[in-house]
Amino acid sequence: MADIQIYKKSPVEYELEKRRAKKSMQAQIIMFSLMIFLTLVSFTMVVAFNADILGFSKYFVIPILLLFAAVQVGLQLYYFMHMNEKGHGFAKLFMYTGMLLAFSMLLGYIVITWW
Amino acid sequence: MSSVAQKRSFGATVWDWMTTVDHKKIGILYLLGGLFFFVLGGIEALIIRLQLLKPNNDLVSAGLFNELITMHGTTMIFLAAMPILFGLMNAIMPLQIGARDVAFPFINSLGLWMFIFGGIFLNLSWFFGQVPDAGWTSYTSLAITSEGHGIDFYAIGLQIAGGGTLMAGINFLVTIINMRAPGMTYMRMPLFTWTTFVASALILFAFPPLTIGLFMLTFDRLFGGNFFDHTMGGNTIIWEHIFWIFGHPEVYILILPAFGIFSEVFPIFARKRLFGYASMVFATVLIGFLGFMVWAHHMFTVGLGPTANAIFAVATMAIAVPTGVKIFNWLLTIWGGSIKVTVPMLYALGFIPSFVMGGVTGIMQGAAPLDYQLHDSYFIVAHFHYVIVGGVVLGIFSGMTLWWPKMFGVMLSETLGKWTFWFFFIGFHLTFLIQHWLGFWGMPRRVWTYMDGQGWNSANFISTIGAMLMGIGVIIFLINVIKSHVQKKPVPNDPWGDGRTLEWAIPSPPPFYNFAQTPLVRGLDSVWIEKQEGNESGLTPAEPVQDIHMPNGSIIPFLMTLGIFVAGFGAMYRLETSWGLPVLVLGLFFTFATMSARSLKDDLGFYVKKEQVLKDLKEKGGKI
Ligand code: HEM
Ligand SMILES: [Cu+2]
Repeated sequence: MADIQIYKKSPVEYELEKRRAKKSMQAQIIMFSLMIFLTLVSFTMVVAFNADILGFSKYFVIPILLLFAAVQVGLQLYYFMHMNEKGHGFAKLFMYTGMLLAFSMLLGYIVITWW
Repeated sequence: MSSVAQKRSFGATVWDWMTTVDHKKIGILYLLGGLFFFVLGGIEALIIRLQLLKPNNDLVSAGLFNELITMHGTTMIFLAAMPILFGLMNAIMPLQIGARDVAFPFINSLGLWMFIFGGIFLNLSWFFGQVPDAGWTSYTSLAITSEGHGIDFYAIGLQIAGGGTLMAGINFLVTIINMRAPGMTYMRMPLFTWTTFVASALILFAFPPLTIGLFMLTFDRLFGGNFFDHTMGGNTIIWEHIFWIFGHPEVYILILPAFGIFSEVFPIFARKRLFGYASMVFATVLIGFLGFMVWAHHMFTVGLGPTANAIFAVATMAIAVPTGVKIFNWLLTIWGGSIKVTVPMLYALGFIPSFVMGGVTGIMQGAAPLDYQLHDSYFIVAHFHYVIVGGVVLGIFSGMTLWWPKMFGVMLSETLGKWTFWFFFIGFHLTFLIQHWLGFWGMPRRVWTYMDGQGWNSANFISTIGAMLMGIGVIIFLINVIKSHVQKKPVPNDPWGDGRTLEWAIPSPPPFYNFAQTPLVRGLDSVWIEKQEGNESGLTPAEPVQDIHMPNGSIIPFLMTLGIFVAGFGAMYRLETSWGLPVLVLGLFFTFATMSARSLKDDLGFYVKKEQVLKDLKEKGGKI
């Protein structure tokens, strides 16, 4: 009974792989810090709003929160789920199509049912 | 299925089919399951037509009539047309791209069993005497107030079957993206593979809305939700939107594979390359995309307002453009070809005028002001039967006849096939052509009976006669199947003699690993090219003969689905019985247990040894 085959990399391939992994690790750490920073800012904003410290308005805080959320989703997809790397064309295509369709349906609802 | 003929016990055979993950066997099960429901839905249709045979008829009661039309529509769309198409896709698409199986064989089998159990669940309603009766669209103003468990059978049954469909769709997508043979670029894929791809993408985007809608309906009915109840702040129009956001793409999920089948049939039997391949691909993708932008054309009369109606009317008519491109490409494919009128070709030739008529009435309905006249009349019934029967069902018959030898190793009789065609085709036009006028004359759809003296009598009579002719056609088809399988003449690799794509270069039925050697694809219509260049086998191998890795069968998909099936009954009887809740919990627990069994135990598959492959090749008389 033949066993599952294992593909052996050549030293050059191995080196290349290692360098790439290192680069992607760096990017991930940078983005991770950025995400933590964004989360901190968001929390601070909400706390400041609740405690009425800087006189933030609701109409300032909520859009900024949503914006940060969108940025975080993007970072998550591109850096942690590797959409910035090669070979993810189809994943991108399908996700963006899905978003477009969901958006048009939501728009349909808002405009013709709920408005 | 080694080439050594083994006599196996009946039990072992059943077990083999229950645990199979082979795409060809799963395809056969989809096909047979779909045919069973096709016959069931056909019987329902005949009873409907017999009830409408004459005015003031009372063959069935009004309540039963509602149940019949609901179950007819639901069965035909979800349990007949789609599974039969899935059967063909499963059996043929991997062969067309030179793959040995689909990407996720386990999930493939899970999808199959969810379809089968969902279908059984839905139809058990007949035995419980509480049958869905709010139409296949199940508009919630009716569906929420419908008494008994009929609508619950609808919601839960479709939920189970729909889950299976979603899995099948994702599986096809991943298969086509990842498992193509070397050289099989996207623009060399056969059109049936392309339409499978686009239809699967539509499934991916259209079925989640259905899932959500059905969950909301289930919650409204069984768990005290109020999504659609306007007295509690809900909105019944939301269901209509959700249903049609799913429902319109659904009709394209049905028709695109049929387009794919015809795009294979025309080149084979006109013995000419498909005209305008690139534009065909483009039109398929465009139809798929536009299909999502038109759902509100089913709701013109709801009162969305003139702006919304205008936008959706224009979007609807836009779809006619890519559809027209396809029609002209098919005509130009036949043009000047050396045509062989076989049974699949007959269906294809019959399809063009029939489908064009359905498309034209579609455009008429797409004109919002005119639709105020046509909506909910028999004109609508005529339209969708022209596109579904004249398009999808003719496609299914054509595809089944074309690929039957490949799937079963048995050629269907051409003579009987022609009888089926003529009965079915004439019966179809007799049934539905006159219904356009019934619509113009004011007969509303979904009525149990009608009064004498409105001028509808003879039209309804003609329509019923036509339905019977269609029934005779289907019976002849079934006789044909049985007769051919009794005679069981062995068929060569390419029984039609002019096959162009990879499936025609391997034995019929293929060995379970499909290709002894993965083929190398050098262009569109790969086998045709090889044969033109004098390579009789039709294949250029891309690898030496070597061990082949194949997946193991598993009973887990069957058990997983069984758990959901049981849980469905629990959910339904949760309120009025004491056993309902425990059964619900038990069923779900069982499903989770089987899921963990699957996750915790690694199944690495097995290898078909090189020696075995060589032996098979030698017995088949093939060359290496
Ligand atoms: C040129 C393409 C098409 C156009 C413009 C079109 C347009 C329409 C419109 C406007 C309606 C709604 C009529 C009403 O209820 O007042 C409708 C209904 C329908 N169409 Fe089409 N259609 C097209 C193709 C198709 C195809 C290809 C299929 C299926 C394979 C299909 C299946 C249906 C079904 C099932 C309904 C009725 C749904 C129901 O109310 O139960 N249509 N069509
Ligand atoms: Cu539609």
